[in-house]
Amino acid sequence: MSEIILKNLRHSYMAEPQDDADWALKQMSVDWSDGGAYALLGPSGCGKTTLLNIISGLLTPTEGEVWFGEEEVSQLPADQRNIAQVFQFPVVYDTMTVYDNLAFPLRNRGIGEAEVDRKVREIADMLDLGETLMTRAAGLTADGKQKISLGRGLVRSDVNVIMFDEPLTVIDPHLKWELRSKLKELHQQIGTTMIYVTHDQTEALTFADQVVVMQEGEVVQIGTPVELFERPQHTFVGHFIGSPGMNVLACEVDQGQPVYGGIPVEMTDKVKADDPSARLEIGIRPEFISFADQGIPVNVEKVSDAGRFSIVETRHGDDVIKLLVPEGGNVPSESTFLKFDPDHTQVYANDWMVSRGSHG
Amino acid sequence: MDNKTTYQKAWFFVIPVVVLVAFNALIPLMTVVNYSVQETFGNNVFFWEGVKWFEEVLNSERFHASLGRQLIFTGTILAIEVPLGVAIALTMPKKGVWVSVCLVLMAMPLLIPWNVVGAMWNIFALPDIGLLGHSINALGIEYNFTRQPMAAWFTTILMDVWHWTSLVVLLAYAGLNSIPDAYYQAAKIDGAKPWAVFRYIQLPKMKRVLTIAILLRFMDSFMIYTEPFVLTGGGPGNTTTFLSIDLVKVALGQFDLGPAAAMSLIYFLIVLLVSWVFYTLMMKNEGQ
Repeated sequence: MSEIILKNLRHSYMAEPQDDADWALKQMSVDWSDGGAYALLGPSGCGKTTLLNIISGLLTPTEGEVWFGEEEVSQLPADQRNIAQVFQFPVVYDTMTVYDNLAFPLRNRGIGEAEVDRKVREIADMLDLGETLMTRAAGLTADGKQKISLGRGLVRSDVNVIMFDEPLTVIDPHLKWELRSKLKELHQQIGTTMIYVTHDQTEALTFADQVVVMQEGEVVQIGTPVELFERPQHTFVGHFIGSPGMNVLACEVDQGQPVYGGIPVEMTDKVKADDPSARLEIGIRPEFISFADQGIPVNVEKVSDAGRFSIVETRHGDDVIKLLVPEGGNVPSESTFLKFDPDHTQVYANDWMVSRGSHG
Repeated sequence: MDNKTTYQKAWFFVIPVVVLVAFNALIPLMTVVNYSVQETFGNNVFFWEGVKWFEEVLNSERFHASLGRQLIFTGTILAIEVPLGVAIALTMPKKGVWVSVCLVLMAMPLLIPWNVVGAMWNIFALPDIGLLGHSINALGIEYNFTRQPMAAWFTTILMDVWHWTSLVVLLAYAGLNSIPDAYYQAAKIDGAKPWAVFRYIQLPKMKRVLTIAILLRFMDSFMIYTEPFVLTGGGPGNTTTFLSIDLVKVALGQFDLGPAAAMSLIYFLIVLLVSWVFYTLMMKNEGQ
């Protein structure tokens, strides 16, 4: 096991990439420590599977290097990298039994039958596959097959990292939760580095210690779930994580303080924007807005019940501002005022956060 | 299935199909059944003979001989065409411009009418002027498919392999192309060698299409008539007289309608039985 370092990685599926759009993966450098649980989160087509395949060795990057600890593996094929991968659709060897499926990677590596048997039974127990061990793998349900795919990675003791490419896509909703907690449990039990690719924020945020958010081939933020929620570095992270997403409102900046619709907005951090032509926006999550006696004047337009809280849609000029009101909270009718929490108000220039201050 | 409703009048919807099938299969078949149990001397006069013709055919050495030849022929071409077809499919490109080139080349032999194939190979294999026949003789090997039984068999089998291997190739290729990339990637990560990839991924995934390919090749080759008839006419002697050539000789050459009808039915039942047994065995584990 070892840490994973990606140095100035860049990839294009074209032979001669010309402009920015030709790169499926824009330049990135990441440093993942040994034994962590990471998630790659982003919408379909954002390059997360490309990145995963580069790490696993199924793709060779156009530029940049992949290091596993002290060893550069950029040019090594997948079978020499000591990685395991679970794919979107379960991959099992249909004609083999569950036992033979689990034993396959070990037998291919010339490991003795006694050791194979010990390892297979150990992992089968861990994955609750003990009872089906001698049945044909083709007869199992999707979640059972996905466990086999995972098991083929777990039986090997030389695995640096286990990668998951949207592994719950074909799993029934009520089993998703179960399999996810199983994964979390396994991670704690065996401590192998795990990288989990998904477009589902719940899966990413519940699984990972650190989430890498990607958009159009670019890493927009790497952080803990709390960081992504409280301090999104890019408006995309604000939109993509959280439900409903962050409010993004066009604004001006006057002496380091944002001004929205002619009204100065209080903010703990100071804006450090040096590009005068940049498009400036305030970002504030619905969770951090409350009704007040004065502030930003709005009209309440719609209230939808979302269980423990209500989502209230208000309008200020052309902008719709959403806020959350806890269950039983008071929602004023028609015109009222909003107050933004100064600790959680950020300013973005051309979509990137430019407010700096007490949070570092 | 408790909530299943029963509606007997729905049977009326099946009537058009029953009528169609009756006219194109059942009624013609019944005339054969009719001939197979009677004797006629013309003038529409028939005498009941029971199973006499069936006994006669089943006990005739001539039938045994042509059935034997038929089994050897079908077995041989299956043993060649199926592995060869799979091997060719494995070497074909997966994407790019060459895919269509390969597919068109592969489809070519399938587009040529049977009797043309027979005529082509007849000329091709002629020992004096045919390219194949002349070349073999030029190598110092005596070759004359109209005189040597071995040469006749060799030419007939080569012709069938040339004509029909493409069918196996196309089906196997379609089967191979339907395997998602993830399987190959997983196999790579699991450290599988090429043979293991073939044995545990490609072959199982091709099982259905190969079952169809083998069935089609079995049925077609078991009923082969035109090509060997044009090429060798069943000769030299009776050495390439397969079942349908023999059947035509009995029915139209000797005009023995009773034995010919009995033979037709036996022939039909063999094809049906073998196909059914084979298909059932292959699909036994597919229900899951």
